[in-house]
Amino acid sequence: MSPVHYVALAVILFVIGGVGVLVRRNAIVIFMCIELMLNACNLAFVAFARLHGNLDGQVIAFFVMVVAAAEVVVGLAILMAIYRARRSASVDDANLLKY
Amino acid sequence: MRVLAAGTSTDFVAQETLFWILAVASVGAALAMILVRWAVHCAIMLAVVMLCLATMYAMQGAPFLAFVQIIVYTGAVLMLFLFVIMLIGISSADSIVETIKGQRLAAGLTAIGLLVILALAIGHAAIGPAPPSTAANGTNNVSGLAALIFTTYVFPFEITGALLITAALGAMVLAHRERTEPKPTQRDLATRRLASGHLAPDPSPGVYALHDAADRPALLPDGTPAETSVSPVLAPRDVIEAPPAVRPKEGTPAITAGSGEREPDPLTPSGQAPSGQVGSGQIGRADS
Repeated sequence: MSPVHYVALAVILFVIGGVGVLVRRNAIVIFMCIELMLNACNLAFVAFARLHGNLDGQVIAFFVMVVAAAEVVVGLAILMAIYRARRSASVDDANLLKY
Repeated sequence: MRVLAAGTSTDFVAQETLFWILAVASVGAALAMILVRWAVHCAIMLAVVMLCLATMYAMQGAPFLAFVQIIVYTGAVLMLFLFVIMLIGISSADSIVETIKGQRLAAGLTAIGLLVILALAIGHAAIGPAPPSTAANGTNNVSGLAALIFTTYVFPFEITGALLITAALGAMVLAHRERTEPKPTQRDLATRRLASGHLAPDPSPGVYALHDAADRPALLPDGTPAETSVSPVLAPRDVIEAPPAVRPKEGTPAITAGSGEREPDPLTPSGQAPSGQVGSGQIGRADS
């Protein structure tokens, strides 16, 4: 399989994740869509690593995974704190800083 | 994995078939993820996407990343998502209505624009056929990655450790809740219960003459259903058998068995008892 197919698939998954972030309003689902975008980036990194015949892309993908894990931990903790204060996970309800 | 990455002609066909199956599955699951309403279904769809991507990593000569993907992403991160969904409430479905006018249309246009830009970028880049995927791996993939991580990328690797510690501390701080009032002792609880005027425990569910189930409210002596007898978690799930009269409403005072006068429930017109309780309801009303 040519790496261009993998990169094209990564683009499609990235765009789908971006649409999810824009459209959905449940904060957990938005987080999942961000994870989807990160996964799409990882797929492109791995494809490019194979294209160039070295492992640097795989190392970067590994780092992306670690950073994504840290991001999920902090993000979900923020989500829990917001839910505790406002009894809702919808991003429409967290509007105290609006205007 | 080694078979898939070897690159002979039969492997090529197998690899191509597998790629198209996985591509269709992952795009379909990703689309389903942004279309389904329930957060749990989204998480399951995301798991499907991640497993597909893990297989693709293995196909592209990255077995270490494939296993890390399964263990860290599908195993840990997604379980964390599911934990938080359980904590926040399994019933946290997205509402369908659009709060910002034209948001979906704008999101669709943005997506098409992004897709066009990225497709153009890829189309302009000359991406040739890949060299054999095991070219950069030394003895194997893991040792090749380790050699890179601990030499060229050793400083980012150390920074990653600091990031992980910071994230753990941040999660502890954010999820911690300071107790602002002293923990109620047994004496406090007893005093509170005495002051509430409702000494006995709540009535247990079930209309014993006709049914015996946790989703059926008990009947009070005057024949009306007791709202406090069914668990409040059943109300939002629409599984309570007797219709609207038993839904716990916000602000409704708890029906105590000892209270002499109680106003009639507006949702149950007299003479029209909920199904399944007709007999006892009529008996109760006939007595009163």
